[in-house]
Amino acid sequence: MQLRLEPRAMPSKWLRYSSPLIALALTLVFGVILFSALGQNPAVALYTFFIRPIGTLYGLSELCIKAAPLLLCAVGLAIGFRGNVWNIGAEGQLTMGAICGGGLALAFYGDEGPWLLPLMIVGGGLGGMAWGAIPAFLKTRFNANEILTSLMLTYVAIQVLGYLVHGPWRDPEGFNFPETRLFGEDALLPVLIEGTRFHFGVVLAVLAAMIGWVFVTRTFAGFQIKVVGQAMAAANYAGYSGNRVVWTGFLIGGGLAGLAGLGEVAGPMGQLNPTISPGYGFAAIIVAFLGRLHPAGVLLASLLMALMYLGGESLQMNLNLPLAITGVFQGTLLFFVLASDVFIRFRVKLVHNVPRTAP
Amino acid sequence: MAEIDTIVAILVATMRAGTPLLFAALGELITEKAGVLNLGIEGMMLVGAVAGFIAMVLTGSPLIGVLAAMAAGMAMSGLFGFLTLTLMANQVATGLALTIFGVGLSAFVGLGYIGNPIQGLPGLAIPVLGDIPVLGSLLFNHDPLVYVSLVLLAAVTWFLYRSRAGLILRAVGESHEAAHAIGYSVLKIRYLAVLFGGATSGIAGAYLSLVYTPQWAENMTAGRGWIALALVVFATWRPARVLLGAYLFGGITIMGLHVQAAGFAISSHLVATLPYLATVLVLVLISRDATRIKLNAPAALGKPFHSSG
Repeated sequence: MQLRLEPRAMPSKWLRYSSPLIALALTLVFGVILFSALGQNPAVALYTFFIRPIGTLYGLSELCIKAAPLLLCAVGLAIGFRGNVWNIGAEGQLTMGAICGGGLALAFYGDEGPWLLPLMIVGGGLGGMAWGAIPAFLKTRFNANEILTSLMLTYVAIQVLGYLVHGPWRDPEGFNFPETRLFGEDALLPVLIEGTRFHFGVVLAVLAAMIGWVFVTRTFAGFQIKVVGQAMAAANYAGYSGNRVVWTGFLIGGGLAGLAGLGEVAGPMGQLNPTISPGYGFAAIIVAFLGRLHPAGVLLASLLMALMYLGGESLQMNLNLPLAITGVFQGTLLFFVLASDVFIRFRVKLVHNVPRTAP
Repeated sequence: MAEIDTIVAILVATMRAGTPLLFAALGELITEKAGVLNLGIEGMMLVGAVAGFIAMVLTGSPLIGVLAAMAAGMAMSGLFGFLTLTLMANQVATGLALTIFGVGLSAFVGLGYIGNPIQGLPGLAIPVLGDIPVLGSLLFNHDPLVYVSLVLLAAVTWFLYRSRAGLILRAVGESHEAAHAIGYSVLKIRYLAVLFGGATSGIAGAYLSLVYTPQWAENMTAGRGWIALALVVFATWRPARVLLGAYLFGGITIMGLHVQAAGFAISSHLVATLPYLATVLVLVLISRDATRIKLNAPAALGKPFHSSG
């Protein structure tokens, strides 16, 4: 007797949508085991991780603030992933967007106007887009693996940021701290809810997700991406260009990640410093898969992932547990999502061992 | 003589910087030759680094440290194997997940060990040969793991091209259907290859935390796992070229440091971008010829296998 995986005649529709929930449930079970092993009461720890951070209006607004960059990055990545464009350098594109947008704020410091913020938003988007264009160019022109190039460029972008804030862009009155001066009033995203940090960037992110939804489900370009991703032979036969899909994926992904970076520096931070993002660009990969590469799913997944960041902070503050737990939870969740995917296309069957006949 | 001494010192430092890359890339080479693409090297290295470091602190034995790192790397790659081989999950996504998980797990486990100093692995000068001027310090005066990495290179080369088992492994990587039809267990062979990749990534991590900079710091691999992946492409899946690539990248890292030490006013941040930019450049140069990549890459790389009979 043994367990075997047998292909289903048709992929299970029910499991397609419920498997992320199953994965989440399994992650919770993992959480119970983990917290018990750490000598914590699992009920208290899970409450502190998942519920307590969003018990107040302020908590909810913090959730939205953290979800916004994840949502922006993940919508862009999901569009690429649908077409088998493996842009995993969103973190670098986010950083470049922050550098370009934030650089404009510094350049026009002291003589600014209401035109500055829109200029920064465009600059941030274009900065991310330009950084995303490099792997796209190297892939389409030189066939260089985009996973590796986009990731290498992430490390480069982070070092460039480090160079700028340690060197030429350092705040002249900042006592040598590696950070720029605080941006002027006109360079900041307006706060929309009094008493919280809920800023205009969140609205931008939701807007981007909605446009992304229309793009993948209602446009020809979105359809082409899907065909190239699922059946390259059919795409070739139809005359769809794989190179065009690479460019589309990277420009959209890079642009949205750049916006996310701008939203961080012109939003909650108000300046540039060496660590703009706690790995939003990487966590967005999880968000994209958890959301089934669909903008609507990505919206829900980004809220969940944001909750994990807040939960980690809440555990640190209230139960004195290390912040790194967030990463463990995120990785585990993605494992379960990927593992439960198999049951969409396969069913588990108990078979009796039949002696194999000789060929 | 002083100049020769400097050159020798630079070359020795280059070998040290290249050794973790060599370990990790050799493991990934075997994994990819069996048709599996594991993008989780960075995560496996980090978990190996922290496991090796903790074992070293607890037992004081470098050997146990290295073994613990191997075991940790294998556990991580076993997880990867279960998801991609048994459950047929997407290899690219699972590899990314393995890295994200490894970064988090190693940071979590290693929290109490940051800044904990240890005695690094002692050097192992080979008697008599180690006393030869210039050549002695260049070839026979390293830490033990440098020798191990070179022996491993020879063993991998022999295994792939001179042994029957290596031939079977390559067959599985070229066409799993054909290998399966002949009667080889595709899954078993792929599991073994993936576990080997985990073990060498673990050692690569331990090399960083026990030898190269004997301490534990979060994210201390700093992208070396990804550079190792690029090295396999750079080497067009040939072991000897992996060595060349690993030392080349080691050399670039060291060169940056020496340029700074020589008094050139270059920001350390910009110097730190050199290995990454070099990786991109090398990838472009190698991949430009699409046919060459196609001819050398294992044909079944990244494709899941489900036996129907």
